[in-house]
Amino acid sequence: MNDTNTDHMTGAEIIIKALHDQGVEHIFGYPGGAVLPIYDEIFKQDWLHHILVRHEQGAAHAAEGYARSTGKCGVLLVTSGPGATNAVTGLTDALMDSIPLVCITGQVPTHLIGSDAFQECDTVGITRPCTKHNYLVKSVDDLAEIMHEAFYIATSGRPGPVVIDIPKDIQFAPGSYMSPEKISKASYQPPKKGDLNGIREAAELIASAKKPVFYTGGGVVNAGPVASKLLREFVGLTGYPITSTLMGLGAFPASDDQWLGMLGMHGTYEANMSMHDCDVMINIGARFDDRITGRLDAFSPHSKKIHIDIDPSSINKTVHVDVPIVGDVAHVLEDLIRIWKETACSPDKTALAEWWQEIEAWRQVNSLGFEQSGSIIKPQYAVQRLYELSKDKDVYISTEVGQHQMWAAQHFHFEEPNRWMTSGGLGTMGYGLPAAIGTQIAHPEALVIDIAGEASVLMNMQEMSTAVQYNLPVKIFILNNEYMGMVRQWQQLLHGGRYSHSYSEALPDFVKLAEAYGATGIRATNPDELDEAITQMINTPGPVIFDCVVSKDENCFPMIPSGKAHNEMILAGEPADVEVSEEGKALV
Amino acid sequence: MMNDQSIEAHTLSVLVENAAGVLARVIGLFSGRGYNIESLTVAEVDGEAHMSRITIVTSGSPMVIEQIKAQLSRIVPVSRVTDLTVEAEAIEREMALVKVTGTGEKRVEALRVSESFRARVVDTTHESFVFELTGAKTKIDAFVQLMRPLGLKEVSRTGIAAIARGPEAM
Repeated sequence: MNDTNTDHMTGAEIIIKALHDQGVEHIFGYPGGAVLPIYDEIFKQDWLHHILVRHEQGAAHAAEGYARSTGKCGVLLVTSGPGATNAVTGLTDALMDSIPLVCITGQVPTHLIGSDAFQECDTVGITRPCTKHNYLVKSVDDLAEIMHEAFYIATSGRPGPVVIDIPKDIQFAPGSYMSPEKISKASYQPPKKGDLNGIREAAELIASAKKPVFYTGGGVVNAGPVASKLLREFVGLTGYPITSTLMGLGAFPASDDQWLGMLGMHGTYEANMSMHDCDVMINIGARFDDRITGRLDAFSPHSKKIHIDIDPSSINKTVHVDVPIVGDVAHVLEDLIRIWKETACSPDKTALAEWWQEIEAWRQVNSLGFEQSGSIIKPQYAVQRLYELSKDKDVYISTEVGQHQMWAAQHFHFEEPNRWMTSGGLGTMGYGLPAAIGTQIAHPEALVIDIAGEASVLMNMQEMSTAVQYNLPVKIFILNNEYMGMVRQWQQLLHGGRYSHSYSEALPDFVKLAEAYGATGIRATNPDELDEAITQMINTPGPVIFDCVVSKDENCFPMIPSGKAHNEMILAGEPADVEVSEEGKALV
Repeated sequence: MMNDQSIEAHTLSVLVENAAGVLARVIGLFSGRGYNIESLTVAEVDGEAHMSRITIVTSGSPMVIEQIKAQLSRIVPVSRVTDLTVEAEAIEREMALVKVTGTGEKRVEALRVSESFRARVVDTTHESFVFELTGAKTKIDAFVQLMRPLGLKEVSRTGIAAIARGPEAM
């Protein structure tokens, strides 16, 4: 790349050089008329690996999986019109989960914009609410700067997706290049360090707690491995219990004694009860999502709340907090630990012991317990066996969305961050397979498993072709109950058992489907054959679809029904006819 | 204060890079998140630096107003957000062009009212006036109200422009 004359380059060459200078090695994409000049440049070089997906939504989720498993920016390239609109779900997903993406979209030539040209759409208009920022490039002279700025914005502060819409004439136009070093943007100043007075106040409050709980989220993972390390150190220093959102799993090791499991709608009894009864809540990089809080006016009524978040708009959005700290989690934790040590903060040991006793009693409820008996595989058992048989490998897990996702979060345990790729905020069915593909691209030697439901996985099943084309050994572990399980569960609990259109009448034979794609299909229907089948899946070199036939009517418990508080959970085995208020039914 | 549910109006000044689509981002934020816009004005205020100033009058509970400010600040080309209602004693002005038609006593009365409001006549025919009036929103409301029985035809208002008193800039 160094011998390129940077004064006389085409727009397409500028794009490729900018990707090079941003350290991009992989790009997920799908060609089309409005990006042909860029594809021509991709053809002419050998350092940028392009992964041809089968649908642009797949490109976006694959880039997300790549980003989440590496901490790097995911990059995708799609054409104008339908290429861009197909990517919208993935962009929205990345915005909701704060995943850094740069999405390059082709656009019709400048002089045709606004004329309803073939494959024209208002990409910046459509993607404005589903990106952190977006650009329509109007002059080739702006192109290099916009490319670099896009990466800076996507990856700094609270990360998110950035779209660059590039008309085809700009891709051909001659222009000059600028290097990324000098990128700064006066109007965009993401916070880093937290306010020290706030951190001191937080340290005092944490030290004075009698019933504390750490409530951590995806912000810890986004702040990089050092944040997870610091979190472990600080939680260890305090001896306090810790729970995490779906997004934050892995930042703290699940094997640790202080770990309470995930909290929220399908979180553990001990995590939710601790949140409800605590006197000091330490929110680190989480955003009081409705899946976490349950009924807001009954959310943790007696606690003082500390909230560390890089995004000022997350502070006091739905829950009022007493000590807000705006900053990068890693920086704030570093300062917090330093101040904690300097001021020799020490928790009230007696109170803490009593608190742990209470928690221990909640743990005894064994809210994730289930009984595997008979000849039908329980989905929880399947995830548990998958965990036991794969935990010693270099394993990454993605999921689709629904019951299987919650069972995966409950029964697969994570020791490290960046190992867990799941669609949290948007809840995108069809996320898991392309995300697994992106993860596998980043970690070719690793064991990448998509824990899937049979309904979700069909939403992006076409990406099996991608997996086969690039010989990506992703394992698609389908918990097949023939239902959209979570929909069925809500219909059972909230709609009188009227299972309106939640049963899949005509599922494919997943083993034959795998074979049709040129992959391997495995089926297990009996608990006795499960271990051997899973082992066979793990040992199969290429991509595998595993059809794990499970009980059809299993519900995911524990559960905080909508409109209820943390201390109103329903547990497995309790009467399932929950009384939910009309107000609660209207919630999602 | 944060649990206070009382709805109050706030005037926000938003300094933005004058880039394509920035107004759409601001408006999209309000419509997308269900916030109110009671008035919105925008114009370039620094041609060399390509900066525009958007003045928004919005309303909500204290928690919602804080959220609106935080969300506005999050927009990449937004460089500063000031809540003139909270942070400074502010001057708020609006300009209106008001067309009134009529003859005889009503026409004379319209002119008399306009004088007491210090409105200027910027266009006149034998049966019409266009008045230009600047002032606080309530003053313009009152003027329009008075003109209604006197042959009010149409009104064009700028929305509110606002600036803090004293030597400090936002």
